[in-house]
Amino acid sequence: MATIDLGHAATHQRPDDPSLPPYKRYRAAAHYRDRDHEFDAVKMGVWLFLATEILLFSGFFVGYAVMRMLHPEAFRAGSHHLDWQWGLTNTVVLLVSSYTVACAVRNAQLGQQKLLKTNILITMACGFVFLAIKFIFEYSKKYREGLLPGWFYSYPAAGDPYEPMWWGIYWGATGIHALHVTVGIGLFMWLFSGALRQKYGPEHYTAVEGVGLYWHIVDIVWIFLFPMLYLIH
Amino acid sequence: MATITGSTGHDLPHHGGGGHGHDHDVSYLHPKGGFFAIVWDWMTTVDHKKIGVMYLVAVLFMFFLGGVAALAVRLELFTPTVIDTSTNQVISGQWLNIGESWADGNNTYNRIFTLHGVIMVFLFIVPSIPASLGNFLLPLMIGAKDVAFPRLNLASWYVYLFGTIFGIVSIIQGGVDTGWTFYTPYSTMTDAEHWRVVWMITAAFILGFSSIFTGLNFVVTVHKLRAPGMGWFDMPLFVWGIYATAIIQVLATPVIGITLLLLLFERLFHIGIFDPRLGGDPVLFQHFFWFYSHPVVYVMILPGFAIISEIVTTHARKNIFGYRAVAFSSIAIAGIAFIVWGHHMFASQGEVASAIFSALTFLVAIPTAVKVFNWTATLYKGSIAFTAPMLYALGFLFTFSIGGLTGLFLGCLATDLHLHDTYFIVAHFHYVMMGGTVIAMIGGLHHWWPKMFGKMYNEFWAKVGFFLVFVGFNLTFFPQFILGTQGMPRRYASYLEQYTFLHQLSTVGSWVLALGLFTHLFVFVQSLVAGRKAPPNPWGSLTLEWTHAASPPIEHNFHHEPIVTHGPYPYDDVLPAQTRPGEFILPDPLPAGKKAH
Ligand code: HEM
Ligand SMILES: [Cu+2]
Repeated sequence: MATIDLGHAATHQRPDDPSLPPYKRYRAAAHYRDRDHEFDAVKMGVWLFLATEILLFSGFFVGYAVMRMLHPEAFRAGSHHLDWQWGLTNTVVLLVSSYTVACAVRNAQLGQQKLLKTNILITMACGFVFLAIKFIFEYSKKYREGLLPGWFYSYPAAGDPYEPMWWGIYWGATGIHALHVTVGIGLFMWLFSGALRQKYGPEHYTAVEGVGLYWHIVDIVWIFLFPMLYLIH
Repeated sequence: MATITGSTGHDLPHHGGGGHGHDHDVSYLHPKGGFFAIVWDWMTTVDHKKIGVMYLVAVLFMFFLGGVAALAVRLELFTPTVIDTSTNQVISGQWLNIGESWADGNNTYNRIFTLHGVIMVFLFIVPSIPASLGNFLLPLMIGAKDVAFPRLNLASWYVYLFGTIFGIVSIIQGGVDTGWTFYTPYSTMTDAEHWRVVWMITAAFILGFSSIFTGLNFVVTVHKLRAPGMGWFDMPLFVWGIYATAIIQVLATPVIGITLLLLLFERLFHIGIFDPRLGGDPVLFQHFFWFYSHPVVYVMILPGFAIISEIVTTHARKNIFGYRAVAFSSIAIAGIAFIVWGHHMFASQGEVASAIFSALTFLVAIPTAVKVFNWTATLYKGSIAFTAPMLYALGFLFTFSIGGLTGLFLGCLATDLHLHDTYFIVAHFHYVMMGGTVIAMIGGLHHWWPKMFGKMYNEFWAKVGFFLVFVGFNLTFFPQFILGTQGMPRRYASYLEQYTFLHQLSTVGSWVLALGLFTHLFVFVQSLVAGRKAPPNPWGSLTLEWTHAASPPIEHNFHHEPIVTHGPYPYDDVLPAQTRPGEFILPDPLPAGKKAH
């Protein structure tokens, strides 16, 4: 994603001229030298936060790897129950949304207010589509069939005695991921309301950039979860 | 002789929030209106100094609670429990029992030592120095007006409070008996009909976030908010220590987050990954747990190291010996911390893994020893003033060295298999956590007390406190080394007759220790109520919080953004600002007014 350095090279804080759009009037918090300084700090903070997210999910990846080594049959049997077509569809949905959110950041940098709003909305819609597919075509079906974690597993024809563990990992990992998607949708609503009030533009687009980075991570985690849970047989 | 430092010369823009309508030069402690206004002001403040003080109050309160539990544990161990083996009735020696039978008493004991461990680790020592002194000092020391994300900082405090509430709910429901390590199967099977274990795990999970917030904030602050002229190697070593700590907080805490989450899944749904009956592996939990909890012991101790570097230089008026070695050793420790977790599992993992982890564990000792040697070398030919902070630093060198060296015994496979899960472990980690971190923290509190609250403390009583703490501490924990080598296991409510004498020494020691800590409490309260006003730089220190800020600092820390022209400790070349030559390091300095620049 090219970040052309346009507006925010102008480092001087501008006076409170009410005729200017809000993003031009934006002043950094008092403990920063200027907007650039603040932007750099926030960006670093977001990256660190994303590192913690990766580490959080790494627990599932490690748990999966170890348990798969112990019970390959159970994991194979479990993943046969998953519908890779829905998984793939959701992967595509998230990839598209990653593209649109990258566009949104660029729109903000270029001051394209209308496109910015459109791209935020598309990304948010992708989030909803992802969740809808997940809940309607996957979770509820599994729930009805009794393919649930641990003690709640009640599928009549288990292929392997340790399948309940596989479902524990499946529900845990995808559940936490879905929670992240939900939080992302909330963040896009917040961005959209800001965009309506012209809060983001070349001089100030920190929030768009930060949420964009977050959304990429949500996407990347899914890109790992998808083959791990759906494809490896 | 490059004496300090001008300033950028123009005032910084006023606070963004605007509209406070108050004088910007007043101390951060200056009350804003009536009682409710003051409370509201503190509860909603984003000032790192106030948040630091709020954290200080919170962690000291937790230290008190954990301390009460510790005294109870020691009381139970004052005498062995004698039972009638035919009826299993207690004859004598059981001091604590919420229940009736002998077994009830043992359960009570398990709950109390778990309570002690959980409070001390998660609620006290992890946030202790970074969130209180670190919060207060980090921006001041690098010449910044605040931490990078002030609201996140406040959020961290509230998250801490929120987590604490879950802990309290758990305690009210009867507390947990899993040990602070939450090992499975204790944590997944005991008290199955109750929710209290769930609440305690949730509490630890939530507290992790407050730690992450603090760490993330500090990393960015150090990277982005240093004053003009302050390169990485001009930073005080306190900042290096806090920085290394913050890196561990950010990179290790998420792992305990997911571990506790998986533990909750295990307990609530029995997904099985930690349960051998369901195909899982309890040792996997131990791996996950220690992958966080070993690094976190450096979250506990690195801030202690950070404090010692400041005290030793200032109170001996010497440049630190080997600045870069001390700075890099913090980073090295932070790095190595992540690859030695298996030394907690020598008894439960495979032999090859144990051998590798043992070898790696010895690596930790190198950067740690570098520090100890450098502090000692700094003292050499220094003009040492035996102030309370300096006494604490010297005490630290003694007790921490014992703690660190005994770590090597434990890192050695053959000895550890003998000493594992005995009182030797208990003594080792108390020598590092209490003898290291807590002693450093008390020293640091005295050192920065005049800066934080603008009042001097009473040197005499502080020294009395030090001697009580030092003697009490060693009396409490040294006998435990011997008990451990003789085979006294940890986490038992009673013991064989032959251990009685050493246990009683230890219990008496805990009373002396408590007396010493209360002496310090008295010293601090006395200072707040009736202490002499502190000058801006009573120790003649060279770091920015002393040379450029008032005591207590004004709301925005500095009148002008400082410009840094020298490193933090060139005591031979630079006269400290805000003080007069010949007047520093007086235990009893002149009032500020007489100490013009
Ligand atoms: C020279 C550095 C150190 C070495 C080589 C070392 C080594 C060890 C080893 C091998 C164990 C496991 C013993 C066993 O359970 O059998 C251990 C336990 C422990 N260490 Fe250290 N250690 C060092 C420093 C520290 C520091 C600085 C702290 C904390 C501030 C610390 C806190 C602990 C704690 C809390 C335990 C016990 C955990 C438990 O089982 O509850 N150690 N140490
Ligand atoms: Cu360790």
